[in-house]
Parts: sequence; C-alpha cells; structure tokens
Amino acid sequence: MPRATSQTLAIGCAAGFGGDRTDSALPIVQSMIARGGPAVLIFEMLAERTLALAQLERLRNPQSGFAPLMEPMVRPILRQCLEHGIPIVSNFGAANPRAAGRRIYQMAESLGVANPRVAVVEGDDLSDSRGRELLRGYLMPADAARELVSANVYLGASAIAAALRGGAQVVVTGRVADPSLTVGPAMAHFGWLESDWGTLGRATIAGHLLECGAQVTGGYFADPGYKDVPDLHMVGFPIAEIRPEGSCVITKADSTGGIVDCRTVKEQLLYELHDPAAYLTPDVVADISEAQVKQIGPNRVAVSGVRGHPRPQTLKATVCFVGGWLGEGEISYAGPGAEARARLAARIIRQRVADRLSVRFDLIGLLSVFGDDGGRALDQLPPGDARDVRLRVAAAHVDRERVENLMREVTALYTCGPAGGGGIRTAITARLNSVSCLVPRELAPATFTILEP
Amino acid sequence: MIDAISNVPLHRIAHGRTGDKGDIANISVIAYRPEFFPLLVEQVTEQRVREVLCHRAPQTITRYLLPNLGALNFVLQGALDGGVNDSLNLDTHGKTLAFLLLGMEVRLPSNLARTL
Repeated sequence: MPRATSQTLAIGCAAGFGGDRTDSALPIVQSMIARGGPAVLIFEMLAERTLALAQLERLRNPQSGFAPLMEPMVRPILRQCLEHGIPIVSNFGAANPRAAGRRIYQMAESLGVANPRVAVVEGDDLSDSRGRELLRGYLMPADAARELVSANVYLGASAIAAALRGGAQVVVTGRVADPSLTVGPAMAHFGWLESDWGTLGRATIAGHLLECGAQVTGGYFADPGYKDVPDLHMVGFPIAEIRPEGSCVITKADSTGGIVDCRTVKEQLLYELHDPAAYLTPDVVADISEAQVKQIGPNRVAVSGVRGHPRPQTLKATVCFVGGWLGEGEISYAGPGAEARARLAARIIRQRVADRLSVRFDLIGLLSVFGDDGGRALDQLPPGDARDVRLRVAAAHVDRERVENLMREVTALYTCGPAGGGGIRTAITARLNSVSCLVPRELAPATFTILEP
Repeated sequence: MIDAISNVPLHRIAHGRTGDKGDIANISVIAYRPEFFPLLVEQVTEQRVREVLCHRAPQTITRYLLPNLGALNFVLQGALDGGVNDSLNLDTHGKTLAFLLLGMEVRLPSNLARTL
C-alpha cells in the first residue's frame, strides 16, 4: 500500500446516511493507522428529513434526538481513534448534539479513556422562539404560519475547524453542509483562511466525494455486465488524501471490496449537483466545470482542476412542517389474466373513492417508479398479459380518516375485488413537508463548546 | 463511404446517476469512452430528454456539458411530483430515473457499434 506523505491529511468517511452499515469504520481506521500520517474519521448521517424526525424524537425524550445508529457506528472504533489521535467529526448530533456528545463522552469513559475532549457545534437550530421569529422574515407568509417541526440552517466548516484547533478529539454537530465535515478538519490541519476560495473549493469537492460513503467506492454503481464491482458485499468506504492546496486523491479502506476508478468518481462528482460551475456551500462556491479525474494507481483516483469562488452571503435553512398522512396499500395478482385483474382492482378503487381523494396507482412489475402521480404514464400503457402484478394504491391527505378509508377499500379487495388477489399490505405514515429559505449568515452564528467532565 | 448507422440503447455507451434536492432532479450521463462523448452532445439533447420524461412534466430542463469528464448533467425542475416529502411515488427521490434516460435509443455509426 502506498504510504501517505506527511504532506497529506487522510479523511475517511464511514457513513453516507443515517441508515448506513455500522461495520464500515473499522477497516478505514485500521487502514489510516497502517498508512501513517495525520488522519480524521467522519460520518455523514443527516439527510434532509432525518433532522425533523430527530426533532420529534427529542420532543418525546429530551435525552434523545441524535442519530439512532450513532452508538453502533462509533463504539467499535472510538478507543482506537482517541488513542491514535484520529479526530472524529460527524453530524450525528442531529437535533441534539449536546446529548450525543454526552453519550460519546460516557462511551469513551466506559472504554477506559478518561476525559475525552468532545466538542459540540451549535447554532444551526432555529426551532426555538428566537429562531422562529428570525425565520418569519425569510419564509413565505403562508409557510411562516404553519406548525413547524424543525428549522435548521446549514452551518459551514469554521466552527468545526475552531473546535479541532481548540483540542477537540470528537466534534459533534447538528445540521452542517455535508462537505463541511471534510473542509473543517482540513482547515484546522493546514491552517487555511476562510477566504482561501480555491483551496476551500477543492476541499469541498473532496468532501462532496466522501459524503455519501461507498457511493464513490463502488456502492450504488454496479450494473452487471457493464459496471462490475468486485466483492460488493464487503464494499470498502472511502479515504481522501487531501493535499495542502485542497486537491485530493480518492482511495478506499484496505482489504475490502468495491472499486475506485474514474467512473465511480465521475458519478459521485455529479451526484446532487446542479450548475457544475456553482456548487453552493456555506464555505465557498465550488466549480467543477474544468475538473479532471485520473487513475494514478489501483483504487486511487486524483481529482484536479477544481476551482472556488467567494462564498454566498446567505445560509440555506430547511424548515419542516407537519404534513398530513400518507396511505399505501398493495395487493398481488398472478397467473393467467393477472394484469387484467389488477387493472380491474384499480378501477374499483377509483370508483369507490375518486370524489374524495386524489389516488396514485402503480402496477408493480409493469410500471411503477418511472410513472407520475397524475397517472399519465399509466394511462398510456397499453393493456398486456403480465402474469405477476402487484397493484399499489397511494394517497396523501391532511385528514387521516380519508386515508384510513382508502386503506380499508384496499383491504376489502380480498372479498369484494377481482379473483385471486393476495398479499395485501397497508400502511399509514405521518408526512413531513419542508421548504427552504435563505437567511443572512450573520444572523445564524455557529459556536462550539468542549463538554466539561 | 458513409458508414451505416445502428440504434443502440444509451445504456450501452454511457452510465449515470440521479440525485435529488427538493423537487429538482439531476441526472448525469457519462460516456464510457471519449469517442462517445460527441454522440451524447449531439443526440442526448434537452429536447430528447423532455420526450423521454414528458409524463413527469418538468418545468425546465437544463443541460450542462463537462467535456473534461466526457459527461452531461441534466437538471430537471419540478420532475419529482414535489420530491421526497410530497410525491406519492414509491421512489420519492426519483433515484431510478437515470435508468429511464439510459433506456433511450441513440444512433451509432456501425464502426463504433461493432466495438461495443
């Protein structure tokens, strides 16, 4: 294995979302220790909606509200990281970074490490009365009047960097921009300024490549016969080697499956990206319009040509509201005439409830995820002779009773519907709606605190 | 002599991935080989993508070119029936949409088609 030089900072990412694998961190940590040199471990665990769910959890129990998988993710590697000077940085604090930090503190002590320096980054949560007042000026009036579940601004890298410079061994955040989990430690390590736009732009793209975990190392990529991935069942998670000017080489944990090549890096580079010249984060506007990728060794890809422009004057805030109820019901038909029977079942449901609810139908096995809520694609699908079809019925409404009624109509297809239907499942789940707005950055300052014993 | 033309699915010459933010989807289309990139530029146009995704009724479709990567990036506003919080789709994120696009046909000179 090539050894990282002291000129680079290794940043490994062991989670790309809140439900990611919990056994990914150990191979990363072992690889970074074996390769030598300064290293950091990050976990990215907060999707857009995750934080609202965490906020609801915190309302039920004030000691909760952080990522449910934080403990199983961190416990296997916490002691090794603390002993080898590998800081851990993560947004797994979700709606309650302080409780998460406290839990990590206790975890470290239970593993025999006394007085760990655990920092919490705060300032993202705008769901208190002061935050709501602030948001009122930036939300549409109709939204400002709604029942709010969570409101968080996307913080940047600076407070993470400050916490690390202040000696933190673990930095727990709530909502921060995903790439900032990478930019923060690199800023602290290399002593970058907040106005080193080119450098921050390059490091932001390193963070962007890391933030979805295995999505850059062969996860979410395999397409048999076209894009084959070795040992995907044990895919290794990524390690970026960051250079002093912010550019990076993407690698992965040793002795794992997966692949790092130009194709995996290009797919992740463009993932969730709009204008390639303007990838907006709180830290910088990154520009990959001239970016290049180059394979420089087995499972090693260098990224170059990234630029950076001055950061936006505003921060993005995401506000979640109570959003009514989603009902989903399914029933299967198989064998001769299966498709005709499934289509008949859909017509029956439509005739029973059409005046009360706007319902989406899917014929799973024929047309489902590619279709549209309005049913245009399904209307154009000529009748055929599919032999294994699962009808799906879905609707959302603020009035739970209407949704319950629809689910009862699906259940009644057993005895009142077409012949041979089986395997009915129905579910009703609470929905959250969200909107985003921009707030001036000076109104949402980030702070960090190192937890006292 | 002008080479004959073969129709092949885009999937044979390019790969891609969908991302989502709210009601906006982006779909990358990345050439497997540099010689395929001009074909993508010529044939995988905003108009063709609108035809493939017409039932999703996107308000706007914008194509960005990344020649250094041999890639196109399509940004589709309003293609997700409201996105992850509002859509009734099983795939509220629209993650599967890249493969809808990769199913479209492209015309390939036969000399290139023979190398697939």
